[in-house]
Amino acid sequence: MTLAIPILIPLVFMIFMILRLPERVTRTAGISGSTLMLAAAVFILIKVKTEGIQTLYLGAWEAPYGITFVADPFSALMLVVSSVIMMAISLYAIHFLSSEYRSGKFYIFFFTLAVGLNGAFLTGDVFNLYVWIEVMLLSSFVLMTMGKTQDKLRGGIKYLALNLIGSLFFLAGIGLLYGKTGTLNMAHLAQIVQSSEQTQWLNTPAMLIFLAFGIKSAVFPLFFWLPASYHRPNITVSSMFAGLLTKVGVYALIRFFTLFFVQDPSFWHNLILIIAGFTMVVGGMAASTQYDTRRILSYHIISQIGYMVMGLGIFTPLAIAGAVYFMIHNMIAKTNTFLVAGMIQKVKGSFDPKNIGGLFTESPFLAVLFIIPAFALAGIPPLSGFFGKFILIKAGIESGQYLITAVAVLTGLLTLYSMIKIWNEAFLKKGEADSETKKLTFSEALPSVILGLISVLMGIFAAPVFDFASEAAEVLMENTKYIESVLK
Amino acid sequence: MEIIMAIFVGILYAAGVYLLLRRSILKFIIGILFFSNATNLLVFLSAGLIPGGAAFVGEKSANGTVLTDPLPQALVLTAVVIGLGVVAFTLALKYKYFEVSGTDDLDEMKQEKSETNLKEEK
Repeated sequence: MTLAIPILIPLVFMIFMILRLPERVTRTAGISGSTLMLAAAVFILIKVKTEGIQTLYLGAWEAPYGITFVADPFSALMLVVSSVIMMAISLYAIHFLSSEYRSGKFYIFFFTLAVGLNGAFLTGDVFNLYVWIEVMLLSSFVLMTMGKTQDKLRGGIKYLALNLIGSLFFLAGIGLLYGKTGTLNMAHLAQIVQSSEQTQWLNTPAMLIFLAFGIKSAVFPLFFWLPASYHRPNITVSSMFAGLLTKVGVYALIRFFTLFFVQDPSFWHNLILIIAGFTMVVGGMAASTQYDTRRILSYHIISQIGYMVMGLGIFTPLAIAGAVYFMIHNMIAKTNTFLVAGMIQKVKGSFDPKNIGGLFTESPFLAVLFIIPAFALAGIPPLSGFFGKFILIKAGIESGQYLITAVAVLTGLLTLYSMIKIWNEAFLKKGEADSETKKLTFSEALPSVILGLISVLMGIFAAPVFDFASEAAEVLMENTKYIESVLK
Repeated sequence: MEIIMAIFVGILYAAGVYLLLRRSILKFIIGILFFSNATNLLVFLSAGLIPGGAAFVGEKSANGTVLTDPLPQALVLTAVVIGLGVVAFTLALKYKYFEVSGTDDLDEMKQEKSETNLKEEK
């Protein structure tokens, strides 16, 4: 029953929000709902850590006949990290939502998105994953296009178009997969693939599904929807999307390509590595040509996705552990940079660093809040990003993939460059004397402080976090454990 | 039968892709419809077509013991419902966009953007 809780909590709160309650009530409910979700996620994580992989057979139909929920260390970790971000966003939303999201409208879709997200992390069934992703996408469409400005609608249409096509690719892939194997249960699929001798037929569904999640996780040739849309909605929504949506695509890629798309490894891993390299470089370069803070950060999401995909492409236990660690770090730090961008806008009234200046002297506190996630993303030593990159690069060198490792190291410089650009323009440059600066209250900064602290702690206590990430990677690489605990 | 259906699915996909590449948003939405129905048919076909086969074990079908797989039909049913919701939302979005901008052209979207950029630069 435990595994259903992270889905039931947001579902109940979502229904509660439809009642159109007064502003104060929806805010409190938003925060308490996401806190409860976090508590449930942590509970599941502890249970997975102590008792091993958890399963839930919905409707008591045993696997592979019914829909199964599975929580292995990887999905439990993702669940916790996404709940932390949801909680930070619910705190942030109090101060930063614009008027069209008021009166609980935001929270309805906030919780629907949480339902889809938690479902996608927990499900052990391919078709069920499609349904959860669709739930998540539809609520993100609504959040993206709420409010009648032309700008938002334009971004929304682009976002919707490519993501819909991605979903349809995924569905077609599922159809072919089912036609060949007669099952939709991930563990059962893995078992069938292991025991069958000819696995060439898997390449067609694998390619369709790779394309689908490539679109959703915004890898190199398929990322164009992301920079066209992510900077348009309210900053609260942008930061939520930045931290969560693309990572679901990466999660599904890692899950699928470690569990059952294991045929033809030389072809797939090379393809994934090539794509990872291009994703990193193109994203990083595009970020360094932009000027709007949100656009820099949006391109930057793409560049960082490259690192996670690179971990999957190297495909050693260390590399997968690195990818898992990097994902956790990136979700937290990326959301945090968007939160800080919103705060800069609130203080100085602009997202364009050219129009800002002198923040370092005027608001040193904000400078510290910016420098933590920015340096974490760039990979400066005591922070979380350094260890993420270090592990990935170490794994790359150990397995002899020197080219991609070099690309990863150089992309780090590009990241640093674009972060320094924001820093120089917005913080160091002398501000105009007559410019107005609003004061930032502590409760406005609280979510960023929380996420910043996590980034710092993840750097200082890198060893225990990494141990758990390697445990997750071990379960991913040795899929017999997963199969056995699902198909008892 | 499967061959005919497969060719039909291919034609639907081709028509869908053609429409997706149009400039009009409305045609684009019809393209999405074609695309999603082609995918639904593909999933439906994945179990093979057995005319007259009963869906469940225990029931005798017309030609003896042949059974059809009911699962893809259940999947398609779910996918059709999701597709309906998505298309309804897309149409509403298109309407809202038309109300605000008065255009149905995707290319004009781009032009307006460059104009606003120019204004910002000035």
